[in-house]
Parts: sequence; C-alpha cells; structure tokens
Amino acid sequence: MGLQTGALVADGRGGTLPGSVPPPPGLDHRKHIKAVSGDGRRFWHVLALVVVSLVLLPVATIIWRALFPTENIWPHLASTVLPGYVSNTVILMVGVGLGTFVIGTGTAWLVAMCRFPGRGVLAWALMLPLAMPGYVIAYVYTDLLEFSGPVQGLLRDLTGFETKRDYWFPEIRSLGGAIAMLTLVLYPYVYALARATFLEQSVCVIEVSRTLGRGTWSAFRNVALPLARPAIVVGVTLAMMECLNDFGTIDFFAVRTLTAGIFDVWYGMGNPGGAAQIALVMLGFVVLLIWAERRSRQRQRFHHTSSKMRPIDGIPLHGLKAGAATCLCVLPVILGFVIPAAVLTDYAFTSPVAVWSTDFLGFAMNSLMLATIAALVAVGIATLLAYAARQRAGTLLLALVRLSGLGYAIPGAVVAIGVLIPFAAFDNTLDALLRETLGVSTGLLLSGTITALIFAYTVRFLAISLGAVEAGFARVTPGMEHAARTLGHSPGATLRRVHLPMIRGSLLTGGLLVFVDTMKELPATLVLRPFNFDTLATFVYQYASDEALEACAPAALAIVITGLIPVLLLARSIGDARVTKPRP
Amino acid sequence: MIQNRTVGSLLCAALLGTGIVGGATDVMSGSGQAFAADGEVNVYSLRQPFLIQPMLEAFTEETGIKVNVVFAKDGVIERLKAEGLNSPADVILTVDIGRLNDAVEAGVVATVEDETINTNLPASFRDPEGRWFGLTTRARIIYASKDRVRPGEITSYEQLADPKWKGRICTRSGKHPYNVALFAAMIGHHGEAKAEQWLANVKQNLARKPQGNDRAQVKAIKEGECDIAVGNNYYYGKMLDNEEQKPWADSVSLVFPTIADGGTHVNVSGMAMARNAPNPENALQLMRYLTGETAQEMYAELNYEYPSNPVVPWSEKVKSWGTFTPDDLSLAAIAELRDEATKMADRVDYDG
Repeated sequence: MGLQTGALVADGRGGTLPGSVPPPPGLDHRKHIKAVSGDGRRFWHVLALVVVSLVLLPVATIIWRALFPTENIWPHLASTVLPGYVSNTVILMVGVGLGTFVIGTGTAWLVAMCRFPGRGVLAWALMLPLAMPGYVIAYVYTDLLEFSGPVQGLLRDLTGFETKRDYWFPEIRSLGGAIAMLTLVLYPYVYALARATFLEQSVCVIEVSRTLGRGTWSAFRNVALPLARPAIVVGVTLAMMECLNDFGTIDFFAVRTLTAGIFDVWYGMGNPGGAAQIALVMLGFVVLLIWAERRSRQRQRFHHTSSKMRPIDGIPLHGLKAGAATCLCVLPVILGFVIPAAVLTDYAFTSPVAVWSTDFLGFAMNSLMLATIAALVAVGIATLLAYAARQRAGTLLLALVRLSGLGYAIPGAVVAIGVLIPFAAFDNTLDALLRETLGVSTGLLLSGTITALIFAYTVRFLAISLGAVEAGFARVTPGMEHAARTLGHSPGATLRRVHLPMIRGSLLTGGLLVFVDTMKELPATLVLRPFNFDTLATFVYQYASDEALEACAPAALAIVITGLIPVLLLARSIGDARVTKPRP
Repeated sequence: MIQNRTVGSLLCAALLGTGIVGGATDVMSGSGQAFAADGEVNVYSLRQPFLIQPMLEAFTEETGIKVNVVFAKDGVIERLKAEGLNSPADVILTVDIGRLNDAVEAGVVATVEDETINTNLPASFRDPEGRWFGLTTRARIIYASKDRVRPGEITSYEQLADPKWKGRICTRSGKHPYNVALFAAMIGHHGEAKAEQWLANVKQNLARKPQGNDRAQVKAIKEGECDIAVGNNYYYGKMLDNEEQKPWADSVSLVFPTIADGGTHVNVSGMAMARNAPNPENALQLMRYLTGETAQEMYAELNYEYPSNPVVPWSEKVKSWGTFTPDDLSLAAIAELRDEATKMADRVDYDG
C-alpha cells in the first residue's frame, strides 16, 4: 500500500516535466537523447569498462581459484558444520539489517524533519559510532558485561548472588551479542544515507503531501520513505554485507558464520580453493539480496524536479514528544560511542599495561593518508561508473557496474589474496620481459606498495561510494540532463555543471564512509602492506588479536579520534548541502 | 559556480589519485627497486612484532644489519607464493608446526644446510632436509583450579574425556592451531576412531562454547565458570607479569599431562629461509643468530618459552613451574595429521 502511494506521488511530481510521465525504466534516456549526438559518450563507456574490469579483477581471481581446490571440501562441510554456518550467517544478516534500518532511518527522519532539543548536536553525533571499529566495541562490551565485569559485579553486590549459577544474565559473547554490536557500529551507514536523502528531497513534496491532508507519520511512511527507499536500501545492504565479511567481532564472540568457515578451510585445512568456494557462496547471498531488492522496487524511479532547495523548517515537537525524540536519538550515540570511548579513555590513562608510543603520530599519518586517497579514488571511480551507466550504457557495462561492488561482501583477507595474485603476476611478467629484452630488472613494481593497498581498499569499499553516488544520481531527473545536453553541453560538462552540484551531499557521504572504513580496515592492510609500515589499525591489532585491548587502548583511541575529524567535517557538509541557495 | 569548481577539482584529484600514489610509493616504501641491499634482511612474520622485536633489535645492534618486518597472521604464505621469484622476503618467522608445514608445502622455503645452525639445534628441532627450524618449544598443559581440583586428580589428556569433568572444562576454539596440533597428536597415538570418541567426550564436558584465547580460559577458572582448562605454558608467565591477570594465574596450578602414558604434547615456534631470498647471506646470519645463545636466552627469559638450543638453560621461573618429558611423536607426523584433526573437530561439532 505504502509503495503504491509512493509511486503515485512520484508520478505526480514527474508530471511537472512534460513528457516524462511515466518513464519506462532504461528507455527514458534513449528516447529523449536520441536527437542529441552521442559525442563523448563512447569515451565514458570505454573508460568505465576499463576501470570496472580492473576493479573486478580480484573477484575474478577468487572465482578462478575456486575452480582449483586441493580437495572437494563440500561433502565434509555439508555433513558437519555448514548448516550451522549458513543459519548463523542468515540470522546475523537479518538481525543487523533490521536493527540498522530501524535505528538509522528513524533517527535520520527525526533529525532531518523535526525540531527538538539537541537536534543540532545529534545530527552529527549520530555519525560518531562509525569511527568505532567493530572488534573494539565488542571487546569493550565484553569487559563491561561479562561475569567479572562491573555491571554483573554491581548486580551481585545488590542481590547477594555469588556464582554464575545463581542467576541468569544475557551472554554477550553470542549471536545476539554480535547482532547488537554490529548494529551499533553499522547503523550510521543507513543514517548517513537516509539523512542525506531526506535533506535532498525537495521540501515541496513533503509540504504538498501535508497540504493534501497527510499527517506527519503518513507523510513519512507514504511519501518520504518510499522516496528515500533507494538510499536506505543501499545503507541496509552495506550493513548486511559488512556483517557478512566481518571476522574480528564474530571471531571474538565465537559465532560461527561462513566467514569463520572460510578461515577454517583456508588455514585449518590448507585449502585456499575450498575457501574461495565458500567466498563464492557468500557472493551468491549478496547477489540474491541485491536482486530481490531491485525486483521488489521494479519500475519505481524518483527524481528531483528541482534543484531549488531551502532549509526545512522542521516540525516542532513539544513536551513529551520532544523528550522522546531526544532520548531516541541520544541512545544509539551513547551505546555506540560514548560508553566505548569512555572505557577506552579509561584504559588508556589508568591501565598499567597501556602502551603509549611516539610512533602513533607516524601511524596516524599513514592511516590518514591511506584513508584520504582511498576515499577520493573510490568516490571518483563510483562517479565515473554511475555516470557512464546513465549514458545509454550497453548490457555488458551495466552488468559489470552492478557487480563491481561485490568486493565489499568478501572478507578483507580474501580480497587481499585476490589483489596479490594479479599484481604479483603483472610485476613478475613485466620483470621477466624487461630482463629478457633490456637486461633490466624491475622487481616487484606494485606488490608490497601503497598502490596495492589503495587498490584493495577501492575493491573492498567501492560498493559504499557507488551506493551513495547512485542513490544521488537516481534522484536527478533525466529531464535536467536532457536539457543540458540539448543546450550543447558534453556529457562531461553536464556531469560537472548539473549532476555534481546536485548530488554533492551524496558524494561527501560516500567519501566519508570509505574514509572511515579504510581507517578501520585490517586484514587486507596486514597482508598487502610494505615493510615496516604500520597504521593505527595494524598496531592495535597486534595486541587486540591477543585480547589485550588495555595495552593498545591509546592507539585504539587514536583511531577513533582520527576518524572523528572527517566524520564531523562531513556530517556538517551534508547538512550544508541542504542550504544551497537557488542559482539564477 | 564556486561550488561547481570545488567538486570538479575534487573529482579530478580523485581520478588522478591513483597516478599520484603510483609515483609516491617508490619513495614511501623503497620498493620498485631490487630488494637486495647490503646490510638489510627482510622478514615476513606470523608472530606478533612485540614478541620478536627484542631479538631483532639485538641482532641489528650486533651485526649492523637492518631488519625490515611485515607482520600478518593470515595470508603471508599466499603473498610469498604470489610474489614468486621477485619476492623480497628473506626469512619467515612463525608459530605452530602446521604453519611451518604450510610454507614447506607451498614451496616457498629454501633448503638450508648450515653447520652453526645444525650444531645449535638438536636434530629433533629441525627438518631433516633443512626446510624449517624450531626455535622454541612450548608445552600444551592443563591449568587446574587450586581450590576445586586436587593435585594428581588429572594427569593425562585422555582423562579430559572422563565424565567426572562434565561442565567443568574450558578451552579455546577447536580450530585454533594449538588445539588442532593437540588433536592431531591424539590421532597419532590412538588412531582416528578412538581420538574422535575422546574429542566427542571432551566436548560433552565443556562448561561453555569454546571462545577466547588461552588466558581467557584461566580467567574463567578464576571466576568459577570452569575448573580445568587447556593452554600453552608460557601464558602462565605472561599472566604473572600482568598486574590485572596475576590473580587469574594465582588461582591455578599447572599440570603437565601425558599422552598415551608418554610425554607432554609440545609445539614449536620456528623459522625458514624464503626460497627466493634476495639477501641469503644476511638471512643466514639472522637465522644463526636466532639459534645462538643470546637470542635463545631472550626467548627463554622474556617469552617464557623453552629454548631449542640445549646449551641455553630454561628460565629459572619456567623451571619452577615443573618439568616434563616431551611427547615422542614427531612434529612432522603431527603436521601431517592436521587436516584430519580439523575435520574431526568439525564432525564432533567441537565449537558448536
């Protein structure tokens, strides 16, 4: 019902542009731009094809490896642990998907559309948990909630219980615990994308729906939510993919998912081919997920009809309602950021085993450099791909662009191997060739360099930037594009002068998410990095892997603080994007 | 318009980014050059840096040879394999015989025949063909609650399956290399069928789902969640050194159990020379150094491991925890049974 109404509203809006109602998917561009020559379009297609092929290289490598397992592991797995892996994986994904959807969308709507005490601060504070690595928050909450932790200690003092068998307390190291931890650090994906979308939605739509008699809740459910659906879905999908590839948290909580299975088969049984096959099953999950969503969305397309924006006044909330709104938005911030950050700070300054080092500054610089470059590259490539796909792209390019985000669902250590093999093959081939012809040795040109790292990050995180950019593009009506092209702009100029200004918020969101994710990335960094090269994450890991988080609390805190700077800067920019003055 | 330009230049920068990185890396990592360099040796380590840093620093001080390190737990062997002929790695450092065996099977190690090393290490601590070398030994022991377990109440691994321990045992994941090696040793001594029955019974006795590392099991004893735990012996020393963990260690006594009425199961940390080592001379120097008295003493005193070099005594502290006879099953045999052991853990759903 809600969807139906949403579609009607969209059609109603589209009606303001003659000729664009209702645009059959995929055909609308062609029809309208046919008159305009295809100049410059081929360039975009070729460039995109080259880039997307490169990005898919690691995935292709993994598929290739899956063809050559050292032994067929499936009969063994299927008869023993596989059913458990699969059901754990599904429960984890569904749980985190629901959790992030409810928290992310709910808070984004409140902050974007309502006025209540603390809204200004919460708008950016809700992003904070993003800076907290999943394994760190898992560790912190285990310390707090386990038997010997302060919470149960207090409980025992109050009740007089003594041993574990005297009372029941939820076990934090469990599937439920993992869902809670991952939801707390992943909901900002949904929040950021949903908020950017709510802000980019032409305020008129909401106002029209209110004028036509919709209540606040109805306007949200029937108008804003369907309009924001592409962005929200991207956010939820990202969160679900992230928990699919998570190793740190689930390993610490002893939750056996498919990722755990990959590591077993790979390292326990020395069968990388078999591990690659499990990775492919995981990719199957993701493809299914994406397909199901697209299918359910079918022909809906929502576009901006106007780039005229003015700040939303917001619905003022009073009394109880205002208090409730504040509480609802404060809670995720406290649980996902304030508490873990406080515990880390406490460890860092009071634990006798905390390791302080002057090297942190260097590690932080490395982390910042990698994250900045990765964010720029990932957003750049995402823009290229998304835009090229809009330019009457062929089936092949469209399919490849769809697949280009798959790297996000694969555990980082597996992606790393997918990067390692083609890079080293290239290096070694080039070296052999030059040795033979010129007598010079180039050695390893790319392997073990930062280039390999950045490439791996791009492959891993392209889904994030692509999701954000596509969600932005989806809301730019083809009519504007057509107008610009008709007026003689090349595709490049159209992109620069029409699209980019309109989707600035989405670009920034994508960049921010990639930045922070790169800051926290671990497995690929470990395997691919150059000699004597540490980031904050790798430094934290050498202690955290031994469950000695107190020792690396100062470095973990440094990750969080370094991650905060861009989170705050960009949370601000997303807000600013809304206040863009109408251009003459 | 200003905004248009900002975004435009941002994008340009992004697209150029890759190019810039390509240029910058040569400066930043020194790669792109041949890796052979006088006075340097490159180490791929599967051990945490802070555990091996003291020995490497002492080596540099003595020889003037700079040690470059990449540390990663998973994927190092894959990296070596992919890099092939041009790999910069000289020496591989790792724990667990299984990992050493992986490196050998992947064909990424060189054969080393060196008199000094062979004198320093008894034959049982090295591959007969010189492909890997065991630097230190660690025993997989039983930690027993001082309050709730009488001395002598448990003396063998086999007894872990005794129903009297129902709901009283804690261990880490059955997929962890340390446990896998122990399970493999059980298979080696008792055959697969008996070993599997044993493991199934041990699982029945677990107080909780396997989780956490070895120290976390001792902590669980302290908290009363279980009464006995399986763990490596050097963690005892590490816990005693740690203000927060000392009470955990104080709550347990150490049992050096027997396997098939023989000795205690042990594992090694070890090293190998990379097959295409660009600095083989320096690599050899480092390998000799790590088997020599200074480094072996550091392993013993700092890490509480048993030095492989027989000239170097155990640390006094380690000696005070008790002595034992190591199991006579060869490390090579244990490495070979690792696959079977992992699958056995799956079949009894040890971690489930």
